[in-house]
Amino acid sequence: MTPLLTIIIVLFVAVAIWQLVKIFDLAQAGSENSPIATDKDNRINGYLMMGFLIFIYVITILCFYYLGDLPLMSNSASEHGPGLDSLMGISMVIIFIVQIVTQFLLHYFAFKYKGEKGKKAVFYADNNKLEAIWTGIPVIVLAGLIMYGLFTWNDIMNVDMEDDPMVVELYAQQFNWKARYGGEDNVLGKANVRLIDLDRANILGVAEDDPNAQDDVIVTELHLPVGKPVLFKMRSQDVLHSAYMPHFRAQMNCVPGMVTQFGFTPTITTEEMRQNPDIIEKVQNINSIRRDKQAEIEEAGQELIYEFDYLLLCNKICGKSHYNMQMKIIVETQEEFDAWMAEQQTFANSLN
Amino acid sequence: MSATVDTHGHDDHDVHHHKETFITKYIFSQDHKMIAKQYLITGVIIMGIIGILMSLMIRMQIAWPEQPNVIFEALLGKWAPDGVMDADIYLALVTIHGTLMVFFVLTAGLSGTFSNLLIPLQIGARDMASGFLNMISYWLFFVSCVVMIASFFVEFGPAAAGWTIYPPLSALPMAQPGSGAGMTLWLVSMAIFIASSLLGSLNYVVTVLNLRTKGMSMVRLPLTIWAFFITAVIGIISFPVLLSAALLLIMDRSFGTSFFLSDIFIQGEVLHYQGGSPVLFEHLFWFLGHPEVYIVLLPALGITSEIIATNSRKPIFGYRAMILSILAIAFLSTIVWGHHMFISGMNPFLGSVFTFTTLLIAIPSAVKAFNYITTLWKGNLQMNPAMLFSIGLVSTFITGGLTGIILGDSALDINVHDTYFVVAHFHLVMGISALYGVFAGIYHWFPRMFGRMMNKNLGYLHFWVTAIGAYGVFFPMHFIGMAGLPRRYYTNSNFPLFDDTIDTQVVITTFALLAGAVQLVFLYNFIYSIFYGKKAPQNPWRSNTLEWTAPVEHMHGNWPGAIPQVYRWPYDYSKPGHDEDFVPQNVPMKEGEKELHH
Repeated sequence: MTPLLTIIIVLFVAVAIWQLVKIFDLAQAGSENSPIATDKDNRINGYLMMGFLIFIYVITILCFYYLGDLPLMSNSASEHGPGLDSLMGISMVIIFIVQIVTQFLLHYFAFKYKGEKGKKAVFYADNNKLEAIWTGIPVIVLAGLIMYGLFTWNDIMNVDMEDDPMVVELYAQQFNWKARYGGEDNVLGKANVRLIDLDRANILGVAEDDPNAQDDVIVTELHLPVGKPVLFKMRSQDVLHSAYMPHFRAQMNCVPGMVTQFGFTPTITTEEMRQNPDIIEKVQNINSIRRDKQAEIEEAGQELIYEFDYLLLCNKICGKSHYNMQMKIIVETQEEFDAWMAEQQTFANSLN
Repeated sequence: MSATVDTHGHDDHDVHHHKETFITKYIFSQDHKMIAKQYLITGVIIMGIIGILMSLMIRMQIAWPEQPNVIFEALLGKWAPDGVMDADIYLALVTIHGTLMVFFVLTAGLSGTFSNLLIPLQIGARDMASGFLNMISYWLFFVSCVVMIASFFVEFGPAAAGWTIYPPLSALPMAQPGSGAGMTLWLVSMAIFIASSLLGSLNYVVTVLNLRTKGMSMVRLPLTIWAFFITAVIGIISFPVLLSAALLLIMDRSFGTSFFLSDIFIQGEVLHYQGGSPVLFEHLFWFLGHPEVYIVLLPALGITSEIIATNSRKPIFGYRAMILSILAIAFLSTIVWGHHMFISGMNPFLGSVFTFTTLLIAIPSAVKAFNYITTLWKGNLQMNPAMLFSIGLVSTFITGGLTGIILGDSALDINVHDTYFVVAHFHLVMGISALYGVFAGIYHWFPRMFGRMMNKNLGYLHFWVTAIGAYGVFFPMHFIGMAGLPRRYYTNSNFPLFDDTIDTQVVITTFALLAGAVQLVFLYNFIYSIFYGKKAPQNPWRSNTLEWTAPVEHMHGNWPGAIPQVYRWPYDYSKPGHDEDFVPQNVPMKEGEKELHH
């Protein structure tokens, strides 16, 4: 039944377009009916070009008005975050200015120099000075951006082992995350997927005979002490995944067959972030949206009221449930973290 | 300087003409104009319709996740039980939409149509260097289309690992259903496609280098030809690398090698693969994948250069700078692939190098954009539909290109990698821009191809609604990307964090449906005009290039008499000392007249 209905709808649309075309043809009948642009066409389209420029500006303003909180540029929760955010801010300001100016020139010229019969264009083929200007200015601006970017990048990617970072393994599989802490000794035991033994509940393939592995702690919710550098070691057991922690401005792929790494220092606890006025506003907004869709959400078995939490998301296409591969991250004080850690089972004790 | 080969003169040309049958004229044709039309119909029109339909289904699923939809039920059948799209087929749609648009529509469709049509006609040649290879190239392309579409009819559906088909996801049938027969067909189709593309590209390069008419030196070539020529060179350099990646992946999938796979535990068992690396595949893929962006974009820019100059009634500003920037972009495009891999686990030092080379591309791109704008300055702009699409291209090229400054910066990419910000960026800068190039080219050269004119007013309607739709779709998308929303999610309903983006998604989808619908106007105009359009005059846009000196009716060999000789560059528009505001390339220099651009 429904396919038939679809076909009927498509037919109706086709008829509507055909009618529209007829109207256009009739509208054309009175005029000189040339398939090539006339002065009138040039004039109308010239004005439309200005209209379109205004459309671009309006859509820009609307986007900033409704979507301008830009979570990837504000309220970062890691030590390197603010530096990255200001680099992003500077880049944004530069491209914003260039966008506004060049779009203006393009559309304004299209309007200003709309063609008229008998007018002749200016024969102006080349000007090396102008070419030098618009080669030179981008060179200077980009040189600045490249330098700034590279310093920031090196700063983030070089993990200083002298800071004694806490080592945490992020372990990805279709479609969930696990985390493994080094335990008392802060050293991860050796691991390989070939050592996985589901009968003994050794799900990450940790070497059972490695002395460093005995005190490792494997969890499904990531806890981090605030102010303490962490060094993440990423592993994947099946396909590519990407560990994306947007609030901490952190991301690294998890690649089967190799260990990748990313380090950062969380600076704001989950509790503190929940008190941030921006976040409070965002959460209120989200909850009012959720209340409107109450029936749907409860049917899906989700909690209605949303509370802010840091998240780890999978950000590399990994299969059917890619869209729901996440892990909660909790940043807390050292004391809270120690208390939580003390409750966790060590690897040695977790084996069957 | 220029080699002139004119062995194929008037007399023996007539002999060929009589032998044409229906099959040699319309099906296994070796005539470049017919092959161009074949590419246009298969590559742009048919594959374009399929690709756009897929994108609309993707958008509807994102805006109204998991809602029953009659369109899904009608088009997807068993993959949309009760009209609710399945998560696996969502990924398949994303994958095949990307593949069709990037390779089939904007590589084969765009280059196949316009390189084939314009290279011989604009350089003054009877046909391509090898008409036979040209024919083979088209038919290989046709086979690859059939194989790709066939993958929708295998049991577990088409490839679904994203158009980048990163292993292990694409290598292991147990990782997702699309990685079974569907992925095999994808790889086979792409291998055939690459063979087709290489044959085409070799032909273009050889033709441009050897078959230019007398007087057509390299610095008198229209910028279209420069763009097609350099595009073909990039294709020859980079496509074989994708072929090798595809072959190695076939080996891993079917013959047990471990080029890209190592240490895998899936569905309760350890696989035998040992020692390979998916990062190697990423390198091989993007060594093509990034130049591919320019294979898509450069021909569109070439078309735009020609159309903007013609319709501004002005020389293109900075002809030599334009050629240099094409060369610079082509060179840089082969050494920037790593910017797709900043967070792939590649050495961070390499990330620094690729940031440097990537941001350099902004320089020739800026030169091109400013040269277009200056070409408009003090022109006498003829607002034909082709001109509108060309101006639109410059606009989206700027908007989309600017965000590249953020994505090309390794430090900033940590944040926005694989979010909707990326989707917005590349759709504007290469998707929409290149599509505008295709539309501009069709409106401009339709009279040359079919001898008739397209309806102008429908063209205006088509452009303005498309332009509003394109910005309406992709401009807000930057902002939901800046909210950290990852791409390729079947639904975002499992993340309350993103609930405040759903209204924007609905707005975006509405614009997408609007822009999709107006393509029907174009389709109608295109088909109607082929049969019932107004008869075209010889040179409707009063253009300088040689294709407008050839007769409109179909004939093998392009010119009935001798090939016209060329005396000047193609951009003598509104030149002082001439009565008309254009001076075609085959008009000899007046006494004392100077080639001003040199």
